[in-house]
Amino acid sequence: MSASTDLLATGARQRRGRRRIVNRIMLGLAGGAAVVAIIPLAWIIAYVFVQGIQAISLEFFTGLPTPVGVPGGGIANAIVGSIITVGLGLLLAAPVGMLVGFYASARPRSRASIAIRFITDTVAGVPSIVMGIFAYTIVVLPQGHFSAFSGGVVLAFIMLPIIIRSTEEMLKLVPGALREGSLALGAPEWRTTWRVLLPAAMSGIVTGLMLAIARAAGEAAPMLFTAFGNPNMSTDLEQPIATLPHTIFVYANSPYPDWQAKAWGTALVLIVLVLVLNILARSLVGWRSRGMGAVR
Amino acid sequence: MTFTSLPRPRASAPMGRLRALWQHGDGPFRIILIGASLLVLLLVLGIGAALWLNSDLSRQAFGFTFLWNTTWDPVKGIFGAFPFLYGTLVTSFLALLFAVPLGLGAAIFLAELAPTWIRVPVGLLVELLAAVPSVVFGLWGLFVFVPVIVKPLGIALNTSLGFLPLFAGPVYGPSRLAAGLLLAIMVLPTITAISRDVFRAIPAAQREGSLALGATRWETVRRVLIPYGRSGIFGAIILGLSRALGETIAVTMVIGNNLDLTPSLLHPGYTMASVIANEFTEATTPLYVSALIEIGLVLFVMTLIVNAIAQLLIHRVGATVHA
Amino acid sequence: MIDSTRLRAGGIALAALLLVTACSSGSSSSPSSGSTASTEPGASATPTAPPAGSLQISGAGATFPFPLYSQWFYDYAFVNPAVKFNYQSIGSGGGIQQITKKTVDFGASDAILTQDQYTAAPGIQAFPTVAGADVVAYNLKALAGKDPLILDGATVANIFLGTIKKWNDPAIAALNPGVTLPDQDIIVVHRSDGSGTTYIFTDFLSKVSDQWKSQVGNATSVNWPVGLGGKGNEGVTGTLTQNDGSIGYVELAYAIANKVSYAKMQNSAGSTIEASIASTQAAMADFSGQMPDSLTISIVNAPGKDSWPIAGYTYLLLYMQQTDCAKGKAIVDFLKWAWGDAGTKDATNLNYVALPDAVKAKDLAKLAQITCNGAPLG
Repeated sequence: MSASTDLLATGARQRRGRRRIVNRIMLGLAGGAAVVAIIPLAWIIAYVFVQGIQAISLEFFTGLPTPVGVPGGGIANAIVGSIITVGLGLLLAAPVGMLVGFYASARPRSRASIAIRFITDTVAGVPSIVMGIFAYTIVVLPQGHFSAFSGGVVLAFIMLPIIIRSTEEMLKLVPGALREGSLALGAPEWRTTWRVLLPAAMSGIVTGLMLAIARAAGEAAPMLFTAFGNPNMSTDLEQPIATLPHTIFVYANSPYPDWQAKAWGTALVLIVLVLVLNILARSLVGWRSRGMGAVR
Repeated sequence: MTFTSLPRPRASAPMGRLRALWQHGDGPFRIILIGASLLVLLLVLGIGAALWLNSDLSRQAFGFTFLWNTTWDPVKGIFGAFPFLYGTLVTSFLALLFAVPLGLGAAIFLAELAPTWIRVPVGLLVELLAAVPSVVFGLWGLFVFVPVIVKPLGIALNTSLGFLPLFAGPVYGPSRLAAGLLLAIMVLPTITAISRDVFRAIPAAQREGSLALGATRWETVRRVLIPYGRSGIFGAIILGLSRALGETIAVTMVIGNNLDLTPSLLHPGYTMASVIANEFTEATTPLYVSALIEIGLVLFVMTLIVNAIAQLLIHRVGATVHA
Repeated sequence: MIDSTRLRAGGIALAALLLVTACSSGSSSSPSSGSTASTEPGASATPTAPPAGSLQISGAGATFPFPLYSQWFYDYAFVNPAVKFNYQSIGSGGGIQQITKKTVDFGASDAILTQDQYTAAPGIQAFPTVAGADVVAYNLKALAGKDPLILDGATVANIFLGTIKKWNDPAIAALNPGVTLPDQDIIVVHRSDGSGTTYIFTDFLSKVSDQWKSQVGNATSVNWPVGLGGKGNEGVTGTLTQNDGSIGYVELAYAIANKVSYAKMQNSAGSTIEASIASTQAAMADFSGQMPDSLTISIVNAPGKDSWPIAGYTYLLLYMQQTDCAKGKAIVDFLKWAWGDAGTKDATNLNYVALPDAVKAKDLAKLAQITCNGAPLG
């Protein structure tokens, strides 16, 4: 081989070598980022576990709150209350959210889509406490009392932007070929969406729903103005109701160590409940993206 | 747009209509979609209107000076939003500064590099972090994060870089830095989870094509995947930012709730959402309540502006890339 | 594949729905725990929905009496199982707001209502239920394990104004002869959220310092000249424990439960007093002859030689004209019980200070004047 090709070859080799090193470094950093992201997570979960496990007992799940110094008692009312309010919120927000997500994803560059994205992100930025005050103004005041219903409404407001955004983004990522193929076969748009696009984006949409549920399940501030809290067991939508995050908030703000221990126990219950829900949902839609996503 | 090759059976007019609707129900479908979108629009308008109307007293009393006045005195009835505006901007910016690279990095790791036995549980755990209630973050933040991480970090920064006004002491622990870092942890799951899903949804053809052309894994990520998923990633970041702007309880427990306007990150601060959370239920005079609601209004408008800028940026950089 | 997924989804959703329904219907059909009239207040209740026909009464307000009220309502459920109380501690201001809007049946406040608030809620009446004390808590490693520090009103005011900046300031040294105070900065910690505790504390500071009164004033939420703000009692305590040389204020019950060091105070009569039930009762007694018809009175900076200077009443807010007679009667009966022996025992157990007889008598007399649709309930 001539000298010049040798040089070229050397240069190419060097560039390749350097690119490989950069590749290694950046991928290593990505791994490092994942580790750093996991550390606070693991720490918080461990902390909540350690602090909360002492409060956990069968009675914790089945009993009602007891005052300070009275042993035992539990958070059954808050567990039921959270299921009811978050469930109601999901019922209200998921259909609307997914429909709006569909609309925005159909023609992403249209003025309507841009407007929707703008509005959604604005709603997402409203502090949960302001949402609570808003729901108080439009539900509680006209009704004249606090209620589980108003709690569900405010949670729906909070969940809405997360559901809309993730639905929209996931649908946009479904390859156009799928959509066009379905339309070419004569399916109307709604059917294309329901039967083709939705299943393809399902995993990502479920992530959005899970994030929304997780967020809603942990919001205490809006509950102060809507669901209000209730030391008694109640399933009545028209009466105030206890929720897990509100219970945590109240117990954590108290001076008494046994109540504070219950706060941690409640936090542990909340996190475990969300984890179980997450696993359940994932097992329904599969752990992998259904679309043509993964290389593996 | 659609055509059917099946011959339509002859039927009575209503049945035919129904069948047409089933096969081509795009009209009603579109109406439903538009209806849903209008509901959301109504929500935003409703919130804006409620905030505007209920802050009437305060707006009349202070006008625009509310935005740059630095006094917040409930007893004397003088209210100004500047310290809170400053605090919100600083803490949210700090939060994104840490959360975006970490979140994207983690998402890349989870989507591209990790084997299934890591990806699934770790992904689940990251989503779980979103379920940790704000108040738990606040408690953990105050009793663990601040004394163990933030305060030593602050002391280190102060010792080495204390000549910069940004890191001037004294170091108490609760500070803007503490709030910014805690917020970063709180928005991390949103950014990571959504970005991860974005990456996983990108068709294999894109990856394979890039790799076949001789690009390294990293180059594929940087030059193909990130641009392709740009819109989704940006959406994730905006959602994260929105959460940071509006986060109340956790921030208020670690930020020190102090109105001083020193530039130091190590000094306690105050955010708009925190002051509303702290004082709303105790606000005793109508002017006080109105001032707090006006702070909510300022935050609302700020979110509008941030989102508008974000939308413009997206437009400028180029619209979504579709396969 | 898609269809079986949807079937699965539907099946699980259905199962979940059935589960929730089963839970709720199960609980409402089983007898309520209270009606079995178990005699031990210590027994924990099984989860049940209130039996049909039972009354649900909601109240909101001050956080300070919350532990006591929750004990009261719990014990009272055994006395009268047909009534279920729901009290949420959203803060004194919140209590006043909600009772003004009538979204709750009664309110609670540590702060005395202003004239404007009385005007906004015509017919509202405040009833003192118990009293409590604020203490000045501090964290000073140099004095760990030693006797509590002694402070007085003027000194505390100056510390919180920021004019006294160091622990070895002559004013503090003068009150604590023989104690070596470190040359350390004082870090002031206060409440960031509005609270009745702040109201009582700033009431005290306004009375002992003219500068405080003109510069800062007395309210549930003020513009603090210096210091860090902690949210809630635990925020203040957390910040205190993490910063050597810090000082703050918390409720006595809280300080005792969390073993926080707190100062003795030199009261206006010149004696050095420790915060306790006895010294708070002395403060109440100093003002007992002066209770006005509104039944609200400030008892800070009491003149007696045994009186704790930073004490205050907490009030229940009720409309004198009730519209729901069943609820009105239930609340009236409950209050009579709470001011009786059982209620007083609960209060003392939890470090709250029960009312002196003279004040109780006034309370009961006013209670008797409550009417519903014209007819008295008392």
